[in-house]
Amino acid sequence: MLRRHLFSLAAGAALALGLSGAAQAQDQFIVVQSTTSTQNSGLFDHILPIFQDKTGIEVRVVAVGTGQAIKNAENGDGDVLFVHAKAAEEKFVAEGHGLQRSDVMYNDFILVGPPNDPAGIAGTTDIVAALTKIAETGATFASRGDDSGTHKAELKLWKEAGIDAAAASGDWYRETGSGMGATLNTGTAMGAYVLTDRATWISFGNKGDYQIAVEGDDRLFNQYGIILVNPEKHENVKAEAGQAFIDWVLSAEGQQAIADYKIDGQQLFFPNANG
Amino acid sequence: MFSFGDIMSEAFVLILNWDRNLSEIVGLSLYVTLSAVLLSCLIGLPLGAMVGAFRFPGRGVMTVILNALMGLPPVVVGLFVYLMLSASGPFGPLQLLYTPAAMIIAQTILVTPIVAALTKQVVEDLHGEYAEQFASMGLRPQERIAALLWDARYSLMTVALAGFGRAVAEVGAVLIVGGNINHVTRVMTTTIALETSKGNLELALALGVVLLVLAVLVNAVVMALRASAVRAAYA
Repeated sequence: MLRRHLFSLAAGAALALGLSGAAQAQDQFIVVQSTTSTQNSGLFDHILPIFQDKTGIEVRVVAVGTGQAIKNAENGDGDVLFVHAKAAEEKFVAEGHGLQRSDVMYNDFILVGPPNDPAGIAGTTDIVAALTKIAETGATFASRGDDSGTHKAELKLWKEAGIDAAAASGDWYRETGSGMGATLNTGTAMGAYVLTDRATWISFGNKGDYQIAVEGDDRLFNQYGIILVNPEKHENVKAEAGQAFIDWVLSAEGQQAIADYKIDGQQLFFPNANG
Repeated sequence: MFSFGDIMSEAFVLILNWDRNLSEIVGLSLYVTLSAVLLSCLIGLPLGAMVGAFRFPGRGVMTVILNALMGLPPVVVGLFVYLMLSASGPFGPLQLLYTPAAMIIAQTILVTPIVAALTKQVVEDLHGEYAEQFASMGLRPQERIAALLWDARYSLMTVALAGFGRAVAEVGAVLIVGGNINHVTRVMTTTIALETSKGNLELALALGVVLLVLAVLVNAVVMALRASAVRAAYA
């Protein structure tokens, strides 16, 4: 009797949970797997209300590293992928997880460092030369180490410099294994150089006395792309609403909304859907 | 640098300027956590009482397992629930991922072992005193469980509060299965983690103070209920 009682309680609870999930599913919304830079910079808070007012579609953003966002999208846990790692995005499409990939916007990466500038690179523009100097002087460098878009970009630069930074892991090369903001918090506290995207840096609230050391290199270009998760692979994907969001982001209106987003007068992202 | 005076005054300002956003986040925190504690009690109280009161083969093993599960890492539970609820997982069709329901499931898994293991201890001690009486009255097993749980109810309130403490402070699991989606699955702890990652350390700590105040309030309410119940019982 007790057991039956327990069973019915458990079944009732499961039903209640299931119902609440189903009720939410009826609302018109999509899930976008995206990155911490787009979320933490406040871009989504600026553009999503405009889109929702126009279409009535609510956009729910899961902001994680690009690597994790792609994994989640591969599992079908999202309708749209909005990240910044072109090679990984093209692989995602080539493997059939997503439909067409489109450029959305860009900004750039910058290298920030402590005011005493132990590697002597402040004010330079050659990022590969700067990284080489960091390695030579053994100045502390804090890496994301989390397979994010920024981390992938950083690894590519080390490769170009011909330096095996991972070999110095734990020594001058510190892998935090966490998001951009957390890595900036850690890096600024330990006096390390950090590679970050400009949007996160401008909106970051704990800069201390840190300054931009290196910027303006073409190799620091940071392109964002958008992809619809393949509805043939995952039937739960809301292809129509997802495509509507992508179309809007790429439209003149969406691109203008991105360009309009500024912090302290500085534009954070530069739309380039048609270029 | 930071001064704790600034942080406390920021917390005070947050509470004074209590806005809809904050109500939403605090409300969802309470909804998720209290639901998880309720479900955990529905499962954990009878389970713990059975292990505490009866002798059966495998009882020792079960006790060790329950005690060990009290130390479940939230991130691991989050990953496990994610894999279960993912569109590619066995329960994908339910579409529970990134909803409060997913967060409740994850926290229930975290809290149930705590409720069960602590209940087992409380009931075991009580059963030592009651065993002979139960035998002389010829009570059936489920009647014994009910009697033990009822008589231990005041101690079990503290057990539930221990579970509440674990759930309300937890961030690793709800971050993975909830996704920290604004207005949908954003709770106190994930907001604190987000503000920390944005470098807004004062705001993050101020939110932490609000969370602490919330925990104190819940504990105070339960203790007041308990005190008035005790008065009523012995009046």
